Amino acid sequence: MRGGVCSIRALAPVLLPRWLCGPRARAARLHGSVRFLSTDSVSAALPARARVVICGGGIVGTSVAYHLAKLGWTEIVLLEQGRLGAGTTRFCAGIVSVAKPLSVESKMADYSIALYERLEEETSVKTGFVRTGSLCLAQNQDRLLSLKRLASRLKVLGVSCNVIKPKDVARLHPLVNIHDLVGALHLPGDSVVSPPDVNHALAVASAAHGVQIYEHTSVNHVVVKKGHVTAVETDRGSIECEYFVNCAGQWAYELGQSGEVKVSVPLHGCEHFYLLTKPLSEPVQNDSPVLIDMDGRIYTRAWHGGILSGGFEKNPKPIFTEGRNQLEIQNMQEDWDHFEPMLSALLRRMPGLESCEIQQLVNCPESFTPDMRCLMGETPGIYGYFVLAGMNSSGLSFAGGAGKYLAEWITYGYPSASVWPLDIKRFGNLQSSRTFLRHRVMEVMPLLYELKVPRWDFQTGRQLRTSPLYDRLDMQGARWMEKHGFERAKYFIPAGKDLLALDQSKTFYKPDWFDIVGAEVKCCKEAVCVIDMSSFTKFELTSAGDQALQLLQRLCANDLDVPVGHIVHTGMLNQRGGYENDCSVVRLSKNSFFIISPTDQQVHCWSWIKKHMPSDPQLHLEDVSWKYTALNLIGPRAMDVLSELSYVSMTPEHFPSLFCKEMSVGYANGIRVMSMTHTGEPGFMLYIPIEYALHVYNEVMSVGQKYGIRNAGYYALRSLRIEKFFAFWGQDLDSFTTPLECGREFRVKFDKDTDFLGRDALLRQRVEGVSRRFVMLVLEDHDTELDVWPWWGEPIYRNGELIGVTTSSAYSYTLQRHVCLGFLSPTNTDGSPATVTADFINRGDYEVDIAGQRFPAKAKLYPFSSLFAQQKRRKDDMELSNFQSK
Amino acid sequence: MAATSQVFRVIRGRRFGRILVPAITCQNCSRSPHPCISATQPHSFEQRWRHQVRGYRTSPAWHTYYLTPPQVNSILKANEYSFKVPEFDGKNLSSIMGFDSNQLPANAPIEDRRSAATCLQTRGMLYGVFDGHAGCACAQALTERLFYYIAVSLLPHETLMELENAVESGRPLHPILQWHKHPNDYFSKEASRLYFSSLRTYWQELLDLSVPGEQPDVAEALVSAFKRLDNDISLEAQVGDPNAFLHYWVLRVAFSGATACVAHIDGNELHIANTGDCRAVLGVQEPDGSFSALTLTNDHSAQNESEMKRVRSEHPLSEAKSVVKQDRLLGLLMPFRAFGDVKFKWSIELQRRVLESGPDQLHENEHAKFIPPNYHTPPYLTAEPEVTRHHLRPQDRFLVLGSDGLWETLHRQEVVRIVGEHLTGVHQQQPVSVGGYKVTLGQMQGLLQERKARISSTFGDQNAATHLIRHAVGNNEFGMVDHERLSKMLSLPEELARMYRDDITIIIVQFNPHVISGQ
Repeated sequence: MRGGVCSIRALAPVLLPRWLCGPRARAARLHGSVRFLSTDSVSAALPARARVVICGGGIVGTSVAYHLAKLGWTEIVLLEQGRLGAGTTRFCAGIVSVAKPLSVESKMADYSIALYERLEEETSVKTGFVRTGSLCLAQNQDRLLSLKRLASRLKVLGVSCNVIKPKDVARLHPLVNIHDLVGALHLPGDSVVSPPDVNHALAVASAAHGVQIYEHTSVNHVVVKKGHVTAVETDRGSIECEYFVNCAGQWAYELGQSGEVKVSVPLHGCEHFYLLTKPLSEPVQNDSPVLIDMDGRIYTRAWHGGILSGGFEKNPKPIFTEGRNQLEIQNMQEDWDHFEPMLSALLRRMPGLESCEIQQLVNCPESFTPDMRCLMGETPGIYGYFVLAGMNSSGLSFAGGAGKYLAEWITYGYPSASVWPLDIKRFGNLQSSRTFLRHRVMEVMPLLYELKVPRWDFQTGRQLRTSPLYDRLDMQGARWMEKHGFERAKYFIPAGKDLLALDQSKTFYKPDWFDIVGAEVKCCKEAVCVIDMSSFTKFELTSAGDQALQLLQRLCANDLDVPVGHIVHTGMLNQRGGYENDCSVVRLSKNSFFIISPTDQQVHCWSWIKKHMPSDPQLHLEDVSWKYTALNLIGPRAMDVLSELSYVSMTPEHFPSLFCKEMSVGYANGIRVMSMTHTGEPGFMLYIPIEYALHVYNEVMSVGQKYGIRNAGYYALRSLRIEKFFAFWGQDLDSFTTPLECGREFRVKFDKDTDFLGRDALLRQRVEGVSRRFVMLVLEDHDTELDVWPWWGEPIYRNGELIGVTTSSAYSYTLQRHVCLGFLSPTNTDGSPATVTADFINRGDYEVDIAGQRFPAKAKLYPFSSLFAQQKRRKDDMELSNFQSK
Repeated sequence: MAATSQVFRVIRGRRFGRILVPAITCQNCSRSPHPCISATQPHSFEQRWRHQVRGYRTSPAWHTYYLTPPQVNSILKANEYSFKVPEFDGKNLSSIMGFDSNQLPANAPIEDRRSAATCLQTRGMLYGVFDGHAGCACAQALTERLFYYIAVSLLPHETLMELENAVESGRPLHPILQWHKHPNDYFSKEASRLYFSSLRTYWQELLDLSVPGEQPDVAEALVSAFKRLDNDISLEAQVGDPNAFLHYWVLRVAFSGATACVAHIDGNELHIANTGDCRAVLGVQEPDGSFSALTLTNDHSAQNESEMKRVRSEHPLSEAKSVVKQDRLLGLLMPFRAFGDVKFKWSIELQRRVLESGPDQLHENEHAKFIPPNYHTPPYLTAEPEVTRHHLRPQDRFLVLGSDGLWETLHRQEVVRIVGEHLTGVHQQQPVSVGGYKVTLGQMQGLLQERKARISSTFGDQNAATHLIRHAVGNNEFGMVDHERLSKMLSLPEELARMYRDDITIIIVQFNPHVISGQ
């Protein structure tokens, strides 16, 4: 049992200045270890109250404390159950690299490098920082392509990097065997540090800014009252506080579950091994570059004249599934047999190491999340409860930047960059199952170094949420992808196709499903298709009086005071005018509304509405996602199918666009039929109570036979919406994009009675002009068969200068070209953002950089294919009427 | 090593048939084919294998024909079966983790049978190994019937009542057993109606005998079920059946024989009922991690002093010499207890009467007609089992049930060691640790790859029973699996296989020490 007074150490802030400038500062620099903090500090009782309590004294927790303190916060308490940096931080390999899959992650890593570099100066604590640079090796052309794509993305961020030849690798790192390499990416800015020392330095710097650090203090649970954090219960008493930050790393999940109000922190630990060698006969230089050989699944860095090398094996060992009591993180067992593939990969990469002696095999558990991205932000439903955990073994790279973003988030209510892909609200309780996490992280860990091609999907933890039509669609050849646990059909394989080849096709070029999706798109354009879109998030907002309308008028930029039955596309904006959600709202009756949002908005949108909802018992919000199956009937013949099934005329004269009616379809009554699609094609959405789903689907399919009906999937939908220039929230739109920037001013009603959220910001922007603009780029000179396909994150050049990034792309079967959607954000010569005008856009020559190759493109502000479609439809109508009159 | 010496080693001390007809009868046989199911006579055996051994060394065909490792594996794995007790919420709440079973035929068709089932109306699992002789009919009947008899004997009065009422009113029955069967373990359809009516008669009698609120004693239930089934087999053969096929079938069951070893495990209570010379051995893990064997059954054969005494005591002194001859019952039968084998149970008159009224096929069956010599005071044979009760302890890790084909090739201590090391798996392979030694990366890589190769070859068997068979058949004198030898043993032609090895049937039940220590 621990807990004796002598073992309880506190770092009194008053002591720190002395440490830093007194003679002991030198001693600290010499030893530079965490131990120093503990031995020289005095024991002290916990304060009774604080503003922020941070749980976790690893690199992440100290970084949050440091950045909060920098932003001027006082009364920050950091609690650590053992010693500072005794968890994953102590063991991690100490590589800080910007080679990350997401731009925002690269940005965080870039900031971390800058932070760690200046820490030594700031605190006089030696951090072991060496800017070694790193080499990402490619053993095959596909890997090289992915590195080239990474290189173009990093260029957008202003990070220097070069794609180099194998012989340059040999020059930079003489130990490397280059015979099986086709190239590499050199990142000169990447660095190595000594993680415990960086941790220590951050702690020292935080303490210097007034952060109170208590070691050997465990958080038992967090007290939540009325949806707000009020106190933290520790094994040494409780601390009242306004904010709590869960940086408990491996234990963040358990800590989240420990309170009365459960917080879902979906992460799971895996054992991770790396090898330390003794110094080589000719010691490895301190500054020799970090090697990342993803095809060999290993990384290496120089370590005290020897080598440190670890990897991400194919068969990871998940750990702590049942909680922490099984094993202590400090005495994890080495497992040489498990390490064998990585050792072989290392010796293949550096044959010279064969005669080098082993120092140790280190087992350092890391925590992983269900989608390989970290967990950041305020938890849904509990104000003041923040989380920063689940670093997927990039904790050191992310800690600096993530700590900064989180500190900003706590301070201003939002971070200074869009971090939606990392926002903890992308997950809900449904990802909290231990079994799910255990299975998923076993896939995630190897995936870190796996080659990721466009539109890859997770294979584990599937079939969690499905539509009632799942089996029917599956039997008809549906291939599935997953979004927020929901299975959605990608496309339908026609009978007789080689299924196996199709499932295994992994390419950066034209995929095997090209013709299949083409046929589905054609059917959507010319006949009618059914797309099961049940995954959408669906809320119902009702009230006794007009509270519901008032709330929506406040939240939505568009005017919701419309006649009953109307559908309104609207954004829910934040104070800055950025999209928190992009949804369609149906006015079902005077005081009830049906809100349709993207699938992954289920948690985020709920908490956004709840946050702004007055606590009025007469105002009621309900998540009805599970109650309705959504079928999208898309195409010119959709109205024929529906009118035949309902004996009601569905022509635009009788059923105008953006209108909703409850009607019967087949035998089933009470189907919400909406004249809208999410692609801009003519058609209807049917919201069907789930018990009728199979019936309605069967009826639609059998009646649709004569109109040439078929199933379609999300790939067809994507192609259709992108060629129509429809932006999707989460892919194109985020909380930093305003309607003005994406050409949706027509959905903002400045003159409606209610002062909606974001109105002021938009008014200001309307006067000042926008500094970034959403455009559609049609690729010219791009050979669909032979050239690398665009995906997202490709740099856009205007007149040869970098001007923006793409956010999504698809092949348009109508235009027979690739269409990329993206943002242009030009800068003035002094680097400040410049205003974008239509004229500016129309007068440029554009290029899109795909994996280092630039393709000319035409930029458009408005879609032009809708015109074609309408003309075509009219022509078809005429043909049909001719046919009928005969 | 010379091929001959290997083969000699195999053959030494091995018998060629469960029922051996002594020399005296052989003279009788000169006019008729041998009454044994295997049509060859012992002395001709001798000649034949000697001849084969010569051929073995000289014939090029024998020299060159080897099975590749994948071929060996496909033979060994053809009958393997594994069952894991389903986990609930990531935890296994049963005292049994699961079991592995496998069979390797030597006879064609194989005469061994196996069964495994979960009792659904009571708790507990049943495992059984049945070694048939003089055909597989009796062993087959046992796999299909014995567990039902046991399960029914274990039912309390109330459940029996429900069962009877359900049958009476034509309602669907709650299943009594959940079988865990390999696809090759077939059940015959034809006799099921007959079997069911016998079973029903049995439970009706149990109903009369049992008292509401009383739990049947497991040991008594096992004995009762064994004896009852043997009785039913005997009765069915005497009564016959209007259906000619069924009639022939019940006679084949009755005239063939089988030994049985059945384990019933419920929580920490392990009961073994044994009739004959199959064996149940418990693998006990010592504090130092090694395994030792605890035999839970006594073989009912001439090697067992008390069995000798029992058999002799049941017959007049005048028969003292003839009742066990050449370590065989009446000079013929190896096991001293068995199901079926009515030739050793019925009076001569009864045998004659049944055979005469039986279908024609029987008349051609010389074995059935043959009356054992010195057959004066039947019955000479019983199916009454010896029941052993064992309270499972945390150190009891697994139970091996095997037919004698296993036990005569491997010592029980060896069996337990092989299974124990296999079940504890790679972990038992001492983990590599650098410690303070100077080890280079190259050396380590060499070591690890060697270990990996070793694991993928020997530890390639997922199934512990398969692994044991591999050792039983392929062990060389160093206790290591010798692929060449394994390949030779498995490629023996059908008619020769029985001379070098017997049918092997193994069930290995793995216990869950966490649950056992918790109870």
